[in-house]
Amino acid sequence: MYKITLTVNGKREAATVPASLTLLELLRDRFFLTGAKEGCGIGECGACTVLLDGLPVTSCLVLAVEADGHEVLTIEGEAKDGILSILQQAFLDAGAVQCGFCTPGMILSARALLSRTPSPTHAEIVEAIAGNLCRCTGYDAIISAISLAASRLREKEEGSHV
Amino acid sequence: MSERLQCVGFPVGRADAVDKVSGKAKFTHDLVLPGMLHAALVTSPVASARIVSIDTDAAQSVPGVRAVLTGADLDYHIGLYMQDKRILARDVVRYQGEPVAAVAADTLDVACRACEKIVVNYDPLPAVLDPRNAVGKDAPLVHPDLHTYEHMQGVFFPKRNTNIAHHQKIRSGDVEAAFAAADVCIEGQFYNPPVQHVAMETHAAIAEALPGNRIELWTSSQSPYTVRHLMSKAFAVPHGSIRVHVPYVGGGFGGKAGLHLEPLVYVLSRTAGGRPVKLVATREQEFNTLPSRQGLHSDLKIGATSAGKILAFKATYLWDAGAYADYGVNIGRAAAYAGAGPYAIENCWIDSYVVYTHKLFGTAYRGFGHLEVLWGVERAIDRIARKLGMDPVEFRRKNLLRAGDRTITGEPITPGHGSPRGCLDAVAKEIEWGSSTHAPTVLHKRRGKGIAMLHKAPAMPTNTACSAVLKLDEEGDADLLVSGVDYGQGTYTVLRQIAAEKLSIPVDRVRITWECDTAFSPYDWSTVASRFSYMGGNAVIEAAEDCLDQLRQTASLALSVPPETIVCRDGHVFPANDLEKRLSYASLALGYTFPNGNSIGGPVIGRGRTIAHGLTHLDPNTGQGLPAQFWTYGAHAVEIEVDTQTGEVDVLRIATALDAGKVLNPMLCRGQVIGGIVQGLGSALWEGFRFDPQGRLKNGSFVDYKIPTAKDIPASITPILLETPQPGGPFGARGVAEHPMISIPSAIGNALFDALGIDFAELPLTPERIRLTLGPSGSAFTEDIADPEEDSL
Repeated sequence: MYKITLTVNGKREAATVPASLTLLELLRDRFFLTGAKEGCGIGECGACTVLLDGLPVTSCLVLAVEADGHEVLTIEGEAKDGILSILQQAFLDAGAVQCGFCTPGMILSARALLSRTPSPTHAEIVEAIAGNLCRCTGYDAIISAISLAASRLREKEEGSHV
Repeated sequence: MSERLQCVGFPVGRADAVDKVSGKAKFTHDLVLPGMLHAALVTSPVASARIVSIDTDAAQSVPGVRAVLTGADLDYHIGLYMQDKRILARDVVRYQGEPVAAVAADTLDVACRACEKIVVNYDPLPAVLDPRNAVGKDAPLVHPDLHTYEHMQGVFFPKRNTNIAHHQKIRSGDVEAAFAAADVCIEGQFYNPPVQHVAMETHAAIAEALPGNRIELWTSSQSPYTVRHLMSKAFAVPHGSIRVHVPYVGGGFGGKAGLHLEPLVYVLSRTAGGRPVKLVATREQEFNTLPSRQGLHSDLKIGATSAGKILAFKATYLWDAGAYADYGVNIGRAAAYAGAGPYAIENCWIDSYVVYTHKLFGTAYRGFGHLEVLWGVERAIDRIARKLGMDPVEFRRKNLLRAGDRTITGEPITPGHGSPRGCLDAVAKEIEWGSSTHAPTVLHKRRGKGIAMLHKAPAMPTNTACSAVLKLDEEGDADLLVSGVDYGQGTYTVLRQIAAEKLSIPVDRVRITWECDTAFSPYDWSTVASRFSYMGGNAVIEAAEDCLDQLRQTASLALSVPPETIVCRDGHVFPANDLEKRLSYASLALGYTFPNGNSIGGPVIGRGRTIAHGLTHLDPNTGQGLPAQFWTYGAHAVEIEVDTQTGEVDVLRIATALDAGKVLNPMLCRGQVIGGIVQGLGSALWEGFRFDPQGRLKNGSFVDYKIPTAKDIPASITPILLETPQPGGPFGARGVAEHPMISIPSAIGNALFDALGIDFAELPLTPERIRLTLGPSGSAFTEDIADPEEDSL
């Protein structure tokens, strides 16, 4: 067993875990953060995507011990004080949600994209979510949502400089 | 309806989206009950074998194991239309991946380790893997006891001592005479492989066996009441002893209709002394163990006059049901009565056989057999048009169903049926049919356009029923209870719009309870067949009218005016000529209290119900009858570019027209249509099961089975929604849920012919298949291979 400490959604957490425990299991079973979903368990579908130090990872392929000392953002950390983030709101407004099982992973992949590329091209958006499978939407509305979020974030950014 | 609509027809956002973007939506995957055990499965590595022995001793003695079961412990038959399944394989296994033993333990790790200690001894039996062989005289029987199985009588016709679970006949006119009179005929064989639904949430179920033979279930199901009914039948307990909860469901597409993991988790819980047991299918089990779409071999013949009128249509459909046909029998039935396409054909002969094989079994999948039959039909229609030297769009125009025609089962077509012609014309215009495709940018690429029609009616029993309850609260807001499941389609949002419209309150004042619970939610048959917004919508309209009646009754007494003079509008009740006397819904919702304290009325609870009307069973010998509550017609047009060096197909643009009757929510409808189109592209270009010669699935994981990603979608998708009102539909609406994916492969296949002159007959149209068909010289294909009569693939 290993003692680890990590930051999850801005809060310090500690856990004692076996070496085989995945980050996904740690989040879901120990911390009850069930927004990350298991769709395949082999890193192919992206439903378990979370951000590790700001970069998207499929948490089913990351061991909990690998997250020791690192910072994790899950979908539960995306809204602040009960207010949806611009990205979440854009998913609502663009009709980008259907069954919702892929949605947390999609949003976190998009979050990682927008934090390093505030004005992504269509191709960059597609590339950013290419590892997140969705069977309902045909991706069209998800791409629109991310594009909408990017433009709203830029407006907000420009507004704050005024 | 003269007044302008306030809620219906508007792009109202989903009520569930906030939970879903926040990670708060709880799926069955996410549920944890106190004392809950976790289950794991042992599945068969072989397609056909006798189970000689199963040694569970070592598994039983693993600390933390609470229940171990094999088929020998479970003498139950289960199934929807045909009760041909076991909870765990008993005596024999019939497909690779079939569950043979199950363990429930304190943790999933312990359950999996215990499963590894179970030793199963198999004695291989002959396997029949191809339905064309399975209908042969000496084929091994997958179900020697077929004639003893319970099934829906008068609807399905299993054939004793064969592998035929159902034979659906459609007979009209005199086909042979019509072929003799035809100027041209074409024949063709076509094939669709089995494919997987790939809902992002795999199947999951939790059961708790309670004292007194009571059962409580939480399940990722499309059909809470069907689960309850089938559990009741399987275990011979009253319906009321079973309570089924359905929380958020992560996609269904037909794969979560019927009965799946629920009986198994129940018997495990019962064996474990009533502790709740949870079973979540792994993705590999989703591919290898849980059912897929059936494969189909089609053999078609069409005859037409030189003027382009179809005289005769003959088809044999051989469905590869796999090991069980509990749901599949109805696909063979429904796709047969739609099996000649949306055309007026007086002379029609269809034999549709649902055939057992020793493979993964089939079930409902979005389109319910229609994508499969229309793959062949729409390719064949193009071929006969070309043989006549006629434009395929023009040929279709001459033959499409119109008011006054009859379907192949004798149903009269009326103007209210919607407009296949309108759909065809819309997509032909959008794709600029008739103008040559733009020259490709690179020499070894070729462009082509293709068009295909589609139609589908809900495949449902003649007594399919649905109900809704609306309760008004202290604010005069409404709570809506239904038992259809919204697993992503958006139907709950649409029902809220309908309730709000009828009640004349803003849509955000209508809530819908997301968890279906058979203890509280009123009956619905099953959320399948693209009929829930239609039937649920009608039930909600009736429930809302019931609420309004109650409000008017109470207001009539409160205001001392006759109820028929009272109007309900904008959340208020008032005499039509005296707005000043208005009472808010809030002041009436729980009853009205006079100034002196006297009270009247009581809580307003509206109930609405509906049942299929006018449907009949099909005649067993001719297939004649009325199977369809409504038909939805549509058409696709595509433009593709194919790389002759790699065989890759790039879909440049797609136009899809559907006659929705009334678009209840344009944003959700558009999303559903685009999602369906892309799912159809999966069936067209990439998806298909591959089996080895022993019947083992070779591509049963996400590594080997690819569904469309964001990188695979066409640059341009144009949904076009026609609105020919559906008589009897809520606000004139009809279903459009399954339809967008039907005939997408046909349109792509037709475009490939246009581009390459090659008549593809098998799906999927992978780069490998296209490249190999083009031959060893790569881009050096010639017009020689363009002869459609030479089709041999």
